[in-house]
Amino acid sequence: MILHELLSYDVLRVIWWLLLGILLVGFACTDGFDLGVGTLGPFVARSDIERRVVLNTTGPIWEGNQVWLILGGGAIFAAWPQLYAVSFSGFYLAMFAILFALILRPVGFKYRSKIEDPRWRSTWDWCLFIGGFVPSLIFGVAIGNVLQGVPFRLEPDMQIYYDGSFFGLLNPFAVLCGLVSVAMLVAHGAAWLQLKTSGAVQARSRRAGLVAALATPLLYVLAGVLMWLFVDGYRITSEVITTGPSNPMMKTAEGGIAHMWFANYAAAPVLWLVPAIGILGSLAAAWGFARRHELFTLLANGVAIAGIILSVGVSMFPFILPSSIQPQASLTVWDASSSHLILFIMLVCTIIFLPIILAYTSWVYSVMRGKVDGKEIEEERGHAY
Amino acid sequence: MDLDIVGLSRLQFAATALYHFLFVPLTLGLAVILGIMETVYVMTQRPIWRQMTKFWGTLFGINFALGVATGIVMEFQFGMNWSYYSHYVGDIFGAPLAIEGLMAFFLEATLVGLFFFGWERLSKVKHLIVTWAMALGTNFSALWILIANGWMQNPAGAALNPQTMRMEVTSFAEVLFNPVAQAKFVHTVSAGYTVAALFVLGVSAWYLLKGRHVDLAKRSLTVAASFGLAASLSVVVLGDESGYLSGEHQSMKLAAVEAMWETEPAPASFTAFGFPDQEARETHYAVHIPWVMGLIGTRSLDTQIPGIKNLVEQAKGRIQNGLIAYDLLDEIRAHGHQPIPAEVRARFDAHSGDLGHALLLKRYVDDPRQATAAQIEQAAWDTVPQVAPLFWTFRVMVGLGFFFILLTLVFFWHTARHQIDTMPRWLLRVAVWSIPLPWIAAECGWFVAEFGRQPWAIEGVLPVAVAVSNLSATTVLGTLLGFVAIYTVLLIVEMKLMLKAIRKGPQLDEQDRAELQTSPHALPQQSAAF
Repeated sequence: MILHELLSYDVLRVIWWLLLGILLVGFACTDGFDLGVGTLGPFVARSDIERRVVLNTTGPIWEGNQVWLILGGGAIFAAWPQLYAVSFSGFYLAMFAILFALILRPVGFKYRSKIEDPRWRSTWDWCLFIGGFVPSLIFGVAIGNVLQGVPFRLEPDMQIYYDGSFFGLLNPFAVLCGLVSVAMLVAHGAAWLQLKTSGAVQARSRRAGLVAALATPLLYVLAGVLMWLFVDGYRITSEVITTGPSNPMMKTAEGGIAHMWFANYAAAPVLWLVPAIGILGSLAAAWGFARRHELFTLLANGVAIAGIILSVGVSMFPFILPSSIQPQASLTVWDASSSHLILFIMLVCTIIFLPIILAYTSWVYSVMRGKVDGKEIEEERGHAY
Repeated sequence: MDLDIVGLSRLQFAATALYHFLFVPLTLGLAVILGIMETVYVMTQRPIWRQMTKFWGTLFGINFALGVATGIVMEFQFGMNWSYYSHYVGDIFGAPLAIEGLMAFFLEATLVGLFFFGWERLSKVKHLIVTWAMALGTNFSALWILIANGWMQNPAGAALNPQTMRMEVTSFAEVLFNPVAQAKFVHTVSAGYTVAALFVLGVSAWYLLKGRHVDLAKRSLTVAASFGLAASLSVVVLGDESGYLSGEHQSMKLAAVEAMWETEPAPASFTAFGFPDQEARETHYAVHIPWVMGLIGTRSLDTQIPGIKNLVEQAKGRIQNGLIAYDLLDEIRAHGHQPIPAEVRARFDAHSGDLGHALLLKRYVDDPRQATAAQIEQAAWDTVPQVAPLFWTFRVMVGLGFFFILLTLVFFWHTARHQIDTMPRWLLRVAVWSIPLPWIAAECGWFVAEFGRQPWAIEGVLPVAVAVSNLSATTVLGTLLGFVAIYTVLLIVEMKLMLKAIRKGPQLDEQDRAELQTSPHALPQQSAAF
């Protein structure tokens, strides 16, 4: 097959780096509100019927949304196999905690309202809270650790060794990043509830959303300042070969360089727009909560999420996963991807299927549009959660 | 199996996969059955079929939730527990998983919500399309997962790139049209259809025994009997195809399943019964049926099927060969970004197909080149999986397969002749008690396929002992216990809800009641006709 030579290896690598960002943003913007709703659930909904209303705002769509995460896993495996191998085995217990929490969600949704027993139902309510809160926090903590570099090393045969511990992940900067993640996803969940509910639940969600949407840019800027002051970046010290074999050990790199994660912004100041969009989007969402612009709030917060997630990628480019104990082993865009042919095949598949996915997903959303009504749920026992 | 990091990681994968596969086959088959029932509803407009779709849909939903819950873990644990595997074959193995997400799982998971919540919001035809699209999504999921799994059994279309130290795709078409994957797909999907058919058959039979929801039960029974007959015939025929292909691509698996220690003159006999003894390398009290094995395994009278001892000798040769490729790796790495000299590259390519066999020695020495003759002998014998468990699970699976054909045939016969009312009660009881059997057969099938692949993660390419992540055994033990605990709790909850929903039976909602009042077809005295 010669077809894949149409796009050079380095172009494909950059495209897949962008697609990785798009998948993460897609996940955070769709399943993000499911996670936020899960976290908010026990607090904005007090009676059983209120809780069922909250549950049913995401009930028909959360399953499709979660596929962004599954697809993200699959796409990292296919396009960035070393990233998949190093990060998931390295963050082993953190991944376990995320999976454990996510396992509770499908069952929580489906099983909670099947038995009319307050203890049964409140157990599942807290399971759904864990299923929302724990992944939101850990995803952010993981990003915080990636920015600081992760203690892994590679042998010449590419065997991966990880020297860190689970509690090592919970350093102050990483926890701060976790809080940014929780705040932005809670704001997203609140924006969703503002759109899909009415009455007391909506009013409580609005208040929670306003706080979260104001907290997000505050925490985000604080994280940025701390990153400037304390988080050192990495740089490739050998000649940068962008079309070489995917073997990180063929380069040399060094870490511990102050302000290095801001070098890309210095080189191309237009990139400042990315974090700016994150901050302005959050502020716009806060305004939307205050002025009760329901759909606007959700969209603005989605834009904020995109800006915040992409700003991490922009800071680190071309690094994807730096190694704090063996900088040479750091995974970069140029040496951690799949082969040229697979990147091309996967791109073709994405170009074909992503528009189809977006088409039927929007159709499902439009079929399910409108507020969730508590009375309807009570009357029509059977399919509502 | 030792409970070291390799043993524990294998146990964890086996446990999570076997749990996942408790729910997947029912999802696969029940989605299609829902499609069939709803099609009848849309074509005939008879509300009973809508009620049936909703009732079986409720059970589908309870099951689907756990399929999703256990599936999330599957997608991530390759990276978690099998990091070298993920690095070594991610270039090939990751692609079908990602395409599965793009093409199949997105469709299935996005539409499943609409299946439940869309009854009042969609026209009849649109809802029917949603149901079929969901069924299509589940089946496409199976296709891509089995393309990935088929590649583990027969790693076609890939070669080792010594510069990146991993397998890379040479022909994606060969990965897609891998004959092993195709046969496995149809076999596995048919198995799923059989599971669902016998589930619907058994639950309906129970209703008939209790005299409850008779209209719904009779119609469901009819659908299940014909669907189940087609599925169980297909699962056995395609199972034979799988067996034939494993003879071609995984001769050790075939020899182990059949407990064939020695190479027999063609056509080989089939061991119907016996006690395989791994230590003594022979099968005690074996009952042989002449010719049968040769016919199944090679479809000819004159092709020999190599026995285990013969294959071990071959493995020894491949280990020696692989060591040559292993020895060249250092030299190749030294060139860095510079092109590798053609002569070195040619020598490497000539032996790299056997590099995986050299990696078998990693269990005994860090540097396989230092291995003693005794260690090579030992590594060659490592290529033999545990014979007795394979021998028995295979026979359980095949025996059950034939039983399913018989059972569905009997029910098909009765339903085709409109004799449901006069069916003997013991037959209905047999159907009820048969509900768990297809699950046992399906799990046995997975066991044969994956345990029979040992010691390889990727047949002939990557041993499991090398593929595993460098984690501590306690960590893996902890997560193993965690997963087993939560899955077991959820499984109990699931079965409880299933039984509750079955006991409760179909629930009429507003639309059902309205339709039942207006539709002339719905009168009870006409219930036998459809």
